[in-house]
Amino acid sequence: MSIDRIVSTASRAIEVVGGDLTESSLKRYLNGIPGVDAVGLEARAADLGSRSIKTTSKAWALDTIISLIDLTTLEGADTPGKVRSLVSKGLTPDATDPSCPRVAAVCVYGDMVPYAVEALGAFHGDSVDGGINVAAVATAFPSGRASLSVKLADTADAVAAGADEIDMVIDRGAFLSGRYGQVFDEIVAVREACRRADGSSAHLKVILETGELNTYDNVRRASWLAILAGADFIKTSTGKVAPAATLPVTVLMLEVVRDWYRLTGEKIGVKPAGGIRASKDAIKYVVAVAETAGEEWLQPHLFRFGASSLLNDVLLQRQKLSSGHYSGPDYVTID
Amino acid sequence: MSFLEYAPAPESTALLNLQSEYGLFINGEFTAGSDPTFSTISPATEKHIATIASASTGDVDAAVAAARAAYDSTWSRLSGRDRGKYLFRIARLVQERARELAVAESLDNGKPIKESRDVDVPLVAAWFFYYAGWADKLDHAGLGANPRALGVAAQVIPWNFPLLMLAWKIAPALAAGNTVVLKPAETTPLTALLFAEIVQQAGLPAGVVNIITGAGATGRALVNHPDVNKVAFTGSTSVGREIARSLAGTPKKLTLELGGKGANIVFDDAPIDQAVEGIVRGIFFNQGHVCCAGSRLLVQENIHDEVVERLKVRMATLRVGDPLDKNTDVGAINSAEQLQRIRELSDIGDAEGAERWSPACELPSDGFWFAPTIFTNVATSSRIARDEIFGPVLSILTFRTPAEAIAKANNTPYGLSAGIWSDKGSKILAVADKLRAGVIWANTFNQFDPASPFGGYKESGYGREGGKQGLTAYLAPAAKATAAARIAPAVKAVSAAKAKSASAAKGGKK
Amino acid sequence: MSRLAVPKTYKLYVGGTFPRSESGRVYEVVGASGDFLANVAKASRKDARDAVVAARSALSGWSKATGYNRGQVLYRIAELLEGRRAQFVAEIVSIEGVTVAAATAQVDEAIDRWIWYAGWADKYVQVAGNANAVSGPFFNLSVPEATGVVAIIAPQDSSLLGFVSAVAPALVAGNTVVVVASERLPLSAVSLSEVLATSDVPGGVVNILTGSPAEIAPWLASHADVNALDLVGAGDLDWVSLQIAAAETLMRVFPPENGPDAAAPSLERITAFTETKTVWHTKSLL
Repeated sequence: MSIDRIVSTASRAIEVVGGDLTESSLKRYLNGIPGVDAVGLEARAADLGSRSIKTTSKAWALDTIISLIDLTTLEGADTPGKVRSLVSKGLTPDATDPSCPRVAAVCVYGDMVPYAVEALGAFHGDSVDGGINVAAVATAFPSGRASLSVKLADTADAVAAGADEIDMVIDRGAFLSGRYGQVFDEIVAVREACRRADGSSAHLKVILETGELNTYDNVRRASWLAILAGADFIKTSTGKVAPAATLPVTVLMLEVVRDWYRLTGEKIGVKPAGGIRASKDAIKYVVAVAETAGEEWLQPHLFRFGASSLLNDVLLQRQKLSSGHYSGPDYVTID
Repeated sequence: MSFLEYAPAPESTALLNLQSEYGLFINGEFTAGSDPTFSTISPATEKHIATIASASTGDVDAAVAAARAAYDSTWSRLSGRDRGKYLFRIARLVQERARELAVAESLDNGKPIKESRDVDVPLVAAWFFYYAGWADKLDHAGLGANPRALGVAAQVIPWNFPLLMLAWKIAPALAAGNTVVLKPAETTPLTALLFAEIVQQAGLPAGVVNIITGAGATGRALVNHPDVNKVAFTGSTSVGREIARSLAGTPKKLTLELGGKGANIVFDDAPIDQAVEGIVRGIFFNQGHVCCAGSRLLVQENIHDEVVERLKVRMATLRVGDPLDKNTDVGAINSAEQLQRIRELSDIGDAEGAERWSPACELPSDGFWFAPTIFTNVATSSRIARDEIFGPVLSILTFRTPAEAIAKANNTPYGLSAGIWSDKGSKILAVADKLRAGVIWANTFNQFDPASPFGGYKESGYGREGGKQGLTAYLAPAAKATAAARIAPAVKAVSAAKAKSASAAKGGKK
Repeated sequence: MSRLAVPKTYKLYVGGTFPRSESGRVYEVVGASGDFLANVAKASRKDARDAVVAARSALSGWSKATGYNRGQVLYRIAELLEGRRAQFVAEIVSIEGVTVAAATAQVDEAIDRWIWYAGWADKYVQVAGNANAVSGPFFNLSVPEATGVVAIIAPQDSSLLGFVSAVAPALVAGNTVVVVASERLPLSAVSLSEVLATSDVPGGVVNILTGSPAEIAPWLASHADVNALDLVGAGDLDWVSLQIAAAETLMRVFPPENGPDAAAPSLERITAFTETKTVWHTKSLL
């Protein structure tokens, strides 16, 4: 691959970076983005995390968190039964309270998509229609170490099986060695593979695996790169690498989507995933979204939590708020 | 309802156990003052909190005498190790009573509870811990072996960080072996009086710490008291000037922490989001009642519009209101008098052609409030670019080159603080080298630490507080005994000169 | 028959040049036995003003020179003083009426003291500065640097040693000075200015005024562009009034010292004319 070959055409990138989209123009653009001071970013995140969310605000935040969850199982031991159980938990998080909202989506490996679709039945659909989406991880998740053709087949398979959303991983090796064009091209290609026969497209979440990118400057560049290449969502982590989602990383990605919106008028989603287990922590993310990107981002098309155990902790808190006394783990179901 | 209108999250005042009336703390006991009492109020509601004694000249004499007696009879004879232990005790007691102190501070001063809780009070404890450790290590302070304390220290502090300024003053003074008489500001005496209770709980020998309340006249009597060896003042430059005049010809050692008009310089290669946060922290922290506030934003011309736009978006999320609400970012202005000054200077800004902008925010009807404000299109000659406003008001100016930024930053009689925002380390260090300011924050702002010296150049005062330098401000070398004898007597016209300088400036504000 | 001597015109030293007083005034300086020695320039307030301007314009170059460089420049002065020992000894003998041995001792001590201070130029920062272990992710360093323009009333009872003891420490950190020489014993100061002019010290770094300290000092003390005032030799003046005047701009003021130990060599005299600057910088791996 020559350094200055023309990378794939992507309308966003051509508009923003300029017509002569090359490996080097892309690199120049990404390197020209202002730097991140880590201490300042972490201080800002800590400040957002110190908001005190009480009473009515807390009730709203808890329900909002549930509605933003991609309820996830990504285990080698996953079975159709496990996926069915996950779906039923997502549809009825709290069996004792019909007012409890549904989660936004279930997130599974590609081969589990048919079972999820089947289990959802009529409830398979977008949250605005009262349904639940099926998200599939693809592109040789979590490492991404496979040939492009395998990654594309992985994606196309999941879409064909009924996945509404594809959570792909970027090639961190290519990114870290400076081959931004290759990362860009892969995202463009996967986006193509998300296309269905009817011309519609599964939504594309691009996982940066921020724990492997290591620096905030890299996270910011990778966020821009993913958006330029056509991501609908940028997502922090696979959940298989530590650290997974952190509040500072998420704040940084929210700043990127805020800036992208300011630049283009287009709203991109953000999905922190992995490691968010407590309501208290999730509320910090809700605050960060509202104060960084804006409250309009607090809806399933623009923000998601990739989580599994978070849901039950939110339910416990929710029960405490409505009943006035503390609940216990025996009063929420294990999916 | 918008989520961002967070539901009220008030900090409880239940753990406050205030007296209805506070006397002067002299020789380990609270005693009534001789002058008429005054009321301390909450600036957020204008409601009365407690009745406070006012120290007369006679009370000042009594306090200085108590400090002198304690110095002679106990404190100067105590080992450094034991002095340190007392300071450690105080540090722990401050931590134990941290929440109570934070609530009292926010109530009396108007600052947001999140600041008093997360910044002021933790720093107070840290200050005592830091200097406690110095008490038995004075030989390593840089003055040679066996440095000696100065004697009785007179300390006058402002209303912007009432308890923290107390800690900055008392901790190093006691560690070095001095005894103190401290006067808190008239509008914020409460936490100093709670601190007096802590002094009692710590079992500190009577008279080592004396706290007297009152207005400017009390402070004037204290610093001019003939039996005082050291004066430390934090406050306005005009009062600092008055003190410098009145101490002329005396052997009293003087430290002054005065006003500022700090430049916050944002280069076009700055980490932009953190710079915006730093601008906010620089001027809206503590309602801008900060002597080292970054009140002059110098932004490189090619990113001016972008920075201003981002700043406005960020300012729209600032929550102004009840200081005791845990989500409040900007609290009340400390006094009606200060509010008046902020309004006057802001009006001058309008009149001089600068453009004023504030986010939409509803201000409470009672109390003293001023919305976070920025002025663009500010000329360097403008009053709002030169005078210390001491409120949440930012003046924005531009520059084209680093040389111009440095020249504009230094173009002020003050020299306390400055900020530099850039991703280029070499440039930061070169600019820091050329700025005439005592504290320079690179890619951060308004950070404080007991180990870090703080103080100004030029009309921002002299001497340093914090660190080793802050300790030596309360010490003299052992050999200095002869050096002091070497100092010539003031041969002529001392009293005449004093009379000339007796023009009274108003006291108490920084 | 002995040769007829060529007397020297004793002028001011301002901005690296040797002007007469703009006022045209001189005053008579006499020897210990009352004999006429010289008509020395009697500086006016305008000369003081010009000297402050010269000192201010020399400040940025001198204060930003490296400590090593300043040390070498100061050492060079000692070298040149050494070469002129005889001249200084003769002047001191004539004006102070002391023995040659005493005058020689004074000159030698002045030279040695100058060298002592020269050696501090690249060390005082290490001794008086410090790295601060703050509790946060910050690099934090405190360094002393020059206060700025320092006005000095030189000790009045010493020709050379007092003058050197007051001026050298202020120069170490990079300050520039306006110094009012001893009124009664000004010859060595003027001769020193001739040494300075032929040394590597940039013009304006040291400015020397002769004349009446009582007349000039108030103008320096009230000058808003003077940053510090060393009253070491002002013991016989109304120095309290000077200190009061200096308070107007919060000028740093150091009190008079009397006796043979006045302005004794010390690190404290160097750091007295410095400001501690503390720089914080964020520190993070990410």
